[in-house]
This record gives sequence, C-alpha cells and structure tokens, in this order.
Amino acid sequence: MLPYLLIPVLPFVGFLVVGMFWPYFRGKGHWIAVPLIFASFFLSLKAFFDTLNGPSLHFVLYDWIHSGHFDVSISILIDHLTAIMLVMVTAVSALTHLYTVGYMKDDSGYDRFFAYISLFTFSMIMLLMSDNLLELFIFWEAVGFCSYVLIAHWYERKPSWVAANKAFIMNRVGDFGFLLGILLTYTTFGTLTYSEIFAKLPQHLHDTIRVLGAFNGLHASSVITVIALLLFVGAVGKSAQIPLHPWLPDAMEGPTPISALIHAATMVTAGIFMIARLSPIYNASPTALSVVAWTGALTAFVAATIALTQRDIKKIVAYSTMSQLGYMVMACGIGAYGAGIFHLLTHGFFKGLLFLAAGSVIHALAGEQDVFRMGGLGKIMKITFPTMLIGSLALSGIPPFAGFYSKDLILSMAFQDGMIGHVFWVIGVATALMTAFYSFRLIFMVFSGKERFSHDGHHGHAPHESPVVITIPLLCLAALAVVAGWLGERYDIIGYLAQDMTIPHAVGKPELSESALKTISVMAGVVGILIAFVMYGRPSELPQILARMFQPLFRFSQNKWYFDELYDLVFVRPTIFLSRLLWVEVDKGVIDTAVNGVASFCRFGGAAMRRIQTGQIQNYALVMALGLFGMVSLYLLIK
Amino acid sequence: MVPLSWYVALSSLLFLIGLVGVLIRRNIVIVLLCIEIMLNAVNINFVAFSKYQHVIDAQIFVFFVITVAAAEVAIGLGIIIALFRLKETINIDEFNILKL
Repeated sequence: MLPYLLIPVLPFVGFLVVGMFWPYFRGKGHWIAVPLIFASFFLSLKAFFDTLNGPSLHFVLYDWIHSGHFDVSISILIDHLTAIMLVMVTAVSALTHLYTVGYMKDDSGYDRFFAYISLFTFSMIMLLMSDNLLELFIFWEAVGFCSYVLIAHWYERKPSWVAANKAFIMNRVGDFGFLLGILLTYTTFGTLTYSEIFAKLPQHLHDTIRVLGAFNGLHASSVITVIALLLFVGAVGKSAQIPLHPWLPDAMEGPTPISALIHAATMVTAGIFMIARLSPIYNASPTALSVVAWTGALTAFVAATIALTQRDIKKIVAYSTMSQLGYMVMACGIGAYGAGIFHLLTHGFFKGLLFLAAGSVIHALAGEQDVFRMGGLGKIMKITFPTMLIGSLALSGIPPFAGFYSKDLILSMAFQDGMIGHVFWVIGVATALMTAFYSFRLIFMVFSGKERFSHDGHHGHAPHESPVVITIPLLCLAALAVVAGWLGERYDIIGYLAQDMTIPHAVGKPELSESALKTISVMAGVVGILIAFVMYGRPSELPQILARMFQPLFRFSQNKWYFDELYDLVFVRPTIFLSRLLWVEVDKGVIDTAVNGVASFCRFGGAAMRRIQTGQIQNYALVMALGLFGMVSLYLLIK
Repeated sequence: MVPLSWYVALSSLLFLIGLVGVLIRRNIVIVLLCIEIMLNAVNINFVAFSKYQHVIDAQIFVFFVITVAAAEVAIGLGIIIALFRLKETINIDEFNILKL
C-alpha cells in the first residue's frame, strides 16, 4: 500500500516544503520539487505494471464523513484507467518540472511556482485515484484553484489576473452543474461511491424526475439523463467545451509550463476522464450520450476554424487543444471511451511537447508570441524545430506518429456508429484537415522563410537555442509522441481499458474498410499540410488575397466566433450594469439612507431632548409639582 | 369655633408659599427654609384634622415630622456648607452638575 500512497504524497510533500519556506529557497526550489515528482513518476510506473494483468487496487485511507447513511471515505483506487492516466500525468508533470527549471530561471516567483505545480500534480493524482464522487469533486476544485493561481502567476500584469478570473468564474459555472449532479446522484442512489452507484444503476433506469417541479412543470425526464447531463456540465467547464470554452485560450496568459501541464496535457482532460470513469451512467442514457457527442463535435470544429487565423503562437496551440478535447468528448459521446482515453494519452504527450516547444521559441525570442514576427528559426533552433515538427505531425495524424493511431481510431469508431456517426466522421475529417493546416501554418511561419523579428529589438541579444534543461524534456516528449501511439496499438490499449469501461452497444459493420477510412483521414492531414505549404511555405500573396476574398468569414474566425463579445453583451455587461444599479441606487440610495437616517434621527432627537435636562433642581421640582397638580386635578375632575 | 376649612386654607396657603419659594428663589438657604414651611403646612393640616376628627394618631405623627425636619435641616445645612466650599456661592443656578 505504501508505494501507491507515496504517488500523491511525494508531490504534496514537495508543495509543503517549497510552499512554506519558499522565501528561503532563493531559486533552489527545484532541488526539492523535481526529484520528488520523478520519484512519483517511477512509483506510477510500478503501479501500472502491478495492475497490468491483475485486479484493481483499492485502499480506504480513512473514513472522512460517516453520518447516517452517508458514507464518504478518502480512498485510493488504482484500476487500469487510473493507472495509465497516472503514468501520463506524472510523466508530463515531471518533464514540465524539469523544463520549468530552465524556462522560469530568474523569475521572481520561481519557488512559489514550483510549490504550486507540485500542489497541482498532487491534486490531479488524487482526482484520478478517487473512488467516489465527493473525493473527485474536491480534487476537481483543487486543480481548478491551482490553475487559477498559476494563470495569475504574473499577477502584476492586468491580462494575467483578468484571464485567471475568467478561468475561475467559467469553471464555477460548470462546477455548479457538477455539484448539482453529485447531489442528484446521492438523492437517487443514496451513495457516492462509483462501484455502488453502478451496482444500483439497473434499479433506477426508469426513474423519472420533474426538473421544473418547483415551477409547476409537469414534464418528467429520466433521472439518469439529468444526472449525466449535470455532471457533463462540469466536464464542459473543465475540458473547455462549447459554450464554456473561452477561458482556455485566455489562460495562455500564464507561464508556458503551466499551459503545457495544466491547460493542455492534464487538467483539461479531467472532464473526459470523469465521463470515462462514469461510463455506465452515460451508457444508460442515450440522450445524454448524444448531447455529449454533439458538444464534442461542435467544439472540435469551432476551435479548429478559430485556430486557422490566430496570430499568437500559444493561442494557436490552445485552440488546437480545445479542438482535440472536442475529439475526445465526441469519442466518449459515441461510446468509444477507450478511443477517447487513448487519444487523451497520446494528446497529452504531443500537446505537452508542442507547448513546451512553443515556450522554447518564445524564450529564444525573449517573449515574442506573434508568429508574424518570427521566421527562419529552423536554422537556429536545431532541437526545438525537429521536436516541434514531430509534435505537429502527431497532431495532424500523420503515420507513424502518436496522433495517427488515436485520432484514426476515433474517426473509424465514429464512422461505424450509424447515420449520425457518419456526420461526426465528416466533421472529424474536416477538423483533421484544418488541424493539419494550422499546425503547419505555425511551423512554416516560425521555422522557415525570412526572419521577421528584429535582432536587436527585444533585449539586445540574438535568438538562440534554449538551454539543455529545456531541450531534454522536449526530446523525451518527442520520443513519446513518436512511440506512444504505436505502443498503444501494439499492446492493445483498447482491450486493456475495456476491462474497466463498457461499450454501450454493439458496433456495426462499416461500409468502408478500416484501411480505406485510415487512408481518407491521413489524406486529409496531408492535404492540410500541402495547403499550408502553398500558402505559407514560400513567399506568397495568397493568404492576403484569400483573407480579402472571404473577409466576413476571416473576421468571424479571427474574432473567435465573437464568443467573448456575445458573453460580454449577454452576461458581463448586464451583470455589471445590475451590480452598479444595486450599488448606487439600492445600496447607497436606499439602504445607506435608511441606516444613516436612523442614526441621525437618534442623534438629533437626543440633542433636542437634552435641552430638557438642565441640571437645575428647581426645574425638576417645577415639573414635579405641575405633574402632581395635573394628576390631582384630573382625579378630582373625573370623580 | 374656627371652621376646619380655615385651617385647611391656611395650610394650603403656607404650602403654596413654600412651594413657590422652593421653585423661584435662588438663595439655597431660603430654599431650605421654604421646605421647612411646606413641612409645617402639612403639620397644621395634621393637627387640625386631629382636633376635628378626635383622633390622636395625627398629633403623634406631627412629632415625627418635626423630628425628621430637624434632622433634615442638620443634614441640609451640612450639604449647603459643603457646596459652598466647593463653589464659593449659594446661588442655586450654579449647582447644575447633575447635567452632563
């Protein structure tokens, strides 16, 4: 039990030590945090091999809440799904820790940063290991908090804390739904432990609930569907699906290691992990599954179209993340949980790689993020360029790189899912084409062509290859991005994962053969790369001409489908207007007036009454005599 | 024989004189004297009623009143002397320290 317990505890120790004493480390915090996280990674590997062919491990650490029929314990559950996720999370986290040593050098918050990424890793590991919804929810919130503090790492800069607030508030919206889902789960099943929920599932398949009962609504919906959809709202927030996605691209204001670790490889995948973990609930509700699938497909497509025209290197990668998350959610929605998790794992490696490579480019150019002011870096950055190329090939789904296996699997699973599945397949292939296009637009803009940056502009030094602590993680991740997909295929990861996740329905026979499907999606990737080459691979006026020809579409994409503007108009402005109204008119106008009115009434009333009290005994005596006279007269009069 | 009402009228008159004196005079010694007048107005009432009603109790009560009045004067004069030492005046308007 101890080795497994140490997996989350080691990063937590790192957080406590570095976090409590960070002013004393003075840039030496990595000597604590990095070895601990690597130890945690090796223990995760051990846990993975321990559970490879055996049953899942389950320990109860302690009974946390024991109240009547309500039982919640803090437990460790390592089944196949958790084990493989643990390996991915700790591997990416360890490499990111190493990368941070080089990337964040000389940052004023260096040690604080290490404390928080250790805390994040701990929370993520516990999220994966939880065996009940409440434990999951707590660490779900904890990773959200870590994301918030890390986006706001450079809190002196306004865009940072604005982005951090945005991420936090948007996640709150999702988490509210998630919490409601947990409450409804408890009222329905009387337990929050996964295994008990799944065991009781068949008894409640036909239960209904009147969602609008409080408003006399009569429409009864299936409890399972409502639970699944409410929990999915949480996943929508955490995994940046439409309509709760705008926080993810904005979160790129944080330091690049955070973008790689939290906003690409690990935390944003928590939503997909949750859906896969609760797959029996989703399987029981076809309605919820189709909502999930459509949300995913829509997100994949919308994010890809936005990424086509972005200029910020990190935003492009961020939108590609969102698009790939859409793929995974779509895969879960069509019941291909295994394929979704497989893509999640390969994506974790190559997207972590892409982000870290992008960070390396930004580092080389001393903070420049606009791809239109880069170019020709391939000659200078001899390690970053090939690794980023590998990442982009993997993202575009070109064999034999990792993305090819997982993305193809999702697409062919979609194709086998009947008529609607064909629609998803078409959306998926179109998205794959766009993905290849914008990935290679990025590659060509950054690494080939003329140098569009100024040599002496930024801090007076020429672009240079990054130090070895940055390039080693890049090389490791590049190796993983090459082999992860092949390994998954070779050792039948789907079969391995299927031991924990059930498939909702039998898969039909596709009209097209597997190889034909693969050819089509690879072709889509290749065509995307070719278009990118034609437009950006050599000097060309084509991009400007196309932008002018499709001006409205171009603007639509460049302005991110006007989601921010829409939310600003519908939610932010009315909220601010209402708040200001309540502040100025109601709070200051009515409440303050009333409170101050009571106070000044007492004050002036007191001042007036004070005149009666003269201190002259004779006045008092006069009043007494007059009162007595009055009373006696009254008595005589009445009598 | 003088009717009872005359005694009552005399008593009321004396009481009013005493009361008005207490209320309007500024000299604190006069105020004390006026209080004595009021007490004695009451005594006249007691004695008059005692005589006309043939009850002896009221006359006994008068002794009590006189005794109390003597004690009161002793204390009252003592207080006045203390006040005079404090304020160097016997004007009652100056003694308004009951007010904040």
